Amino acid sequence: MKAPTIKNDLFVMLIFSAVILTMPIWLEPMGANYPDLLQKFAIFGIFAVGYNILFGLTGYLSFGHAAFLGIGSYTAVWSFKLLTMNIFPAIIFSVLISGLFAMLIGFITLRRSGIYFSILTLAFAQMFYNLAYSVLTPITNGETGLQLTRNDPRIIDRLFSEAGEGLPSTDFFGFAMSGYSGFYICAALLIITFFISQRIFHSPFGVKLRAIKSNQTRMKYTGYNTRPYLLAAFVISGMYAGLAGGLMAATDPLAGAERMQWTASGEVVLMTILGGVGTLIGPMLGVGIIKYFENIFSALNDQALLQAYAFMPDWLANIMVAITSPFVGEGWHLTLGALFVFIVIFLPGGIMEGIDRIKKLFTKKPVEPEKEGSLS
Amino acid sequence: MDAIFLQILNGLDKGGAYALIALGLTLVFGTLGVVNFAHGALFMLGAFCSVSFYKLITISKQVKDESITFFDAFKEQPYLEIWFGDFGTSIIDFAVPLSILFAIPVMLLIGLIMERGLIRHFYKRTHAEQILVTFGLAIVLQEIIKSFFGANPIPMPPPEIVSGSAPIGALLGLGDSVVYPWWRLIYLTFSGIIITAVFAFLNMTTYGMVVRAGMMDRETVGLLGINVERRFTVVFGLAAIVTGLAGVMYAPILPPDYHMGMDFLVLSFVVVVVGGMGSLGGAVAAGFLLGILQSFASMNEVKSIFPGIDQIIIYLVAVVILLVRPRGLMGRKGVMED
Repeated sequence: MKAPTIKNDLFVMLIFSAVILTMPIWLEPMGANYPDLLQKFAIFGIFAVGYNILFGLTGYLSFGHAAFLGIGSYTAVWSFKLLTMNIFPAIIFSVLISGLFAMLIGFITLRRSGIYFSILTLAFAQMFYNLAYSVLTPITNGETGLQLTRNDPRIIDRLFSEAGEGLPSTDFFGFAMSGYSGFYICAALLIITFFISQRIFHSPFGVKLRAIKSNQTRMKYTGYNTRPYLLAAFVISGMYAGLAGGLMAATDPLAGAERMQWTASGEVVLMTILGGVGTLIGPMLGVGIIKYFENIFSALNDQALLQAYAFMPDWLANIMVAITSPFVGEGWHLTLGALFVFIVIFLPGGIMEGIDRIKKLFTKKPVEPEKEGSLS
Repeated sequence: MDAIFLQILNGLDKGGAYALIALGLTLVFGTLGVVNFAHGALFMLGAFCSVSFYKLITISKQVKDESITFFDAFKEQPYLEIWFGDFGTSIIDFAVPLSILFAIPVMLLIGLIMERGLIRHFYKRTHAEQILVTFGLAIVLQEIIKSFFGANPIPMPPPEIVSGSAPIGALLGLGDSVVYPWWRLIYLTFSGIIITAVFAFLNMTTYGMVVRAGMMDRETVGLLGINVERRFTVVFGLAAIVTGLAGVMYAPILPPDYHMGMDFLVLSFVVVVVGGMGSLGGAVAAGFLLGILQSFASMNEVKSIFPGIDQIIIYLVAVVILLVRPRGLMGRKGVMED
């Protein structure tokens, strides 16, 4: 692997920013130019990029990151309720508090590795989820989810203005969090977090994390105490998840416990794997593809399918509809699961590995196989 | 006293289910070395075996309703009732226990297909990859079930004769107020029988001995000229049957829905790691232990001291055990201790 220079990084960074910021333009012909969807791209992008710092670099497979997402969401909504509708303090608080929880959980779970680590994080995620539904109801509002109400104190807002009619909406120093301005705020944060992740990937710290992944024992014998590095990676990715959760609450001020269920963590694992674990761009690609197709596929129904197959003879079209209809609409998750199984079996490095392989086909040079892309 | 007795019973009953599921999971892990996240899906498939068996035997045709004389009314009557009369009715009544017979071949088939088709190719790959691929498989299985049976839970009644409560207090001289649902008692007995059968199979037959030897040292068994792979396929089928039967009999307790597998998966993993990865006895012991702990934690007296403890006790125990005793309660030394 060539040592990436700062110049190189900046170049990648510029392209990435340009692609993200022009999303409304180039997604227009693909029929995905809705502010809601664009915001989702950016928010889940942050989540996946952060998750990749832990899973991609160290190989520690956590099934508990949805808990941090949920904690971030709850914190943000509480900040909206108590302080101000400005998302700035809300986001700061969600990052800090989820980071705090990540430190606590990471400190305990990182004592073990491999499958035990996965199960420990799973156990913590389930604990948080169950508590959010039962005892913590005063904080989380249980099954209904935490919502804004008109008579929340909102201390800071009250200093400047009287309570208006109806529910106030979230903003960032005057820019509304709904619509395109909301997307650009999320996108800006995504670009910043991506930049941080890029720096981590190419820093000595990132190299140490990768060393832990490839051979932790040797790392220890070289004289490194691996635990602090792992904990740092865990906390950083927990903070990313908290940020994503805070933004989720900012774009839609409602926090529910179902966000914390362990299958929600499964979703981010899926996105990371699909794109290419351990690569910089991969997780973002995975998010884009999953969210895009979720949007397209789950809107399809039998009628739309019949139109799509209109060029075929009727009998064939009917058969094709019968075959494909379980995979779209409600059954979108079936497609996702099947796709995921195929990716893990045939392309463990995700889409990025696929791109590499195609590149190799054309260059025909004996290239060293890229170690980064494979799971281990 | 009565309350404590009831809680123990409750715990044993819950523990029976946990132990059965964990037994299947640890069987797969101990022999094949595969971390199977699709195990909860097998439990769910078992529960849906009873649902589909019930649907199968109640295939009906429209007949004229004789009790209404004003106009021609039609009602659905199952073919079984038409052909066999009262005997058919009682078959339908006993649908859940009878579906065991239906579930055994079905689950065996599912297990064999899963092992041959997918799991087999993942023996040599890392645990992380095994987790990921079986997690994907679990999603696929549960979505298939969802598209066939819908998203709502399907209530499955136990047979009429055991639908009430057993006057267990009167039988044991503890006072008449102590009653317990018959079906849960049956479930407890059933899980005891299955667990005994599995242990008998592994400990008393030559086949089981080879399987156990394979768990200890796969290579040597292979060198002795025994086709280990084939035995392991059978073991996977056996695990699928055990888990499936746990699901079949659980259907009257918890109406099956498509995501029950994911809910039980976490629990069963927790049970397995508490018992010790790859230890069959440990899985059973941990299952009953956690069941009893959970039912005691849900007593009001305990809850008033530690609010919410009933929701997290199992996970809390798992976290503590994993940290202070890395190989679980009864895990073998040196196996999966990292």
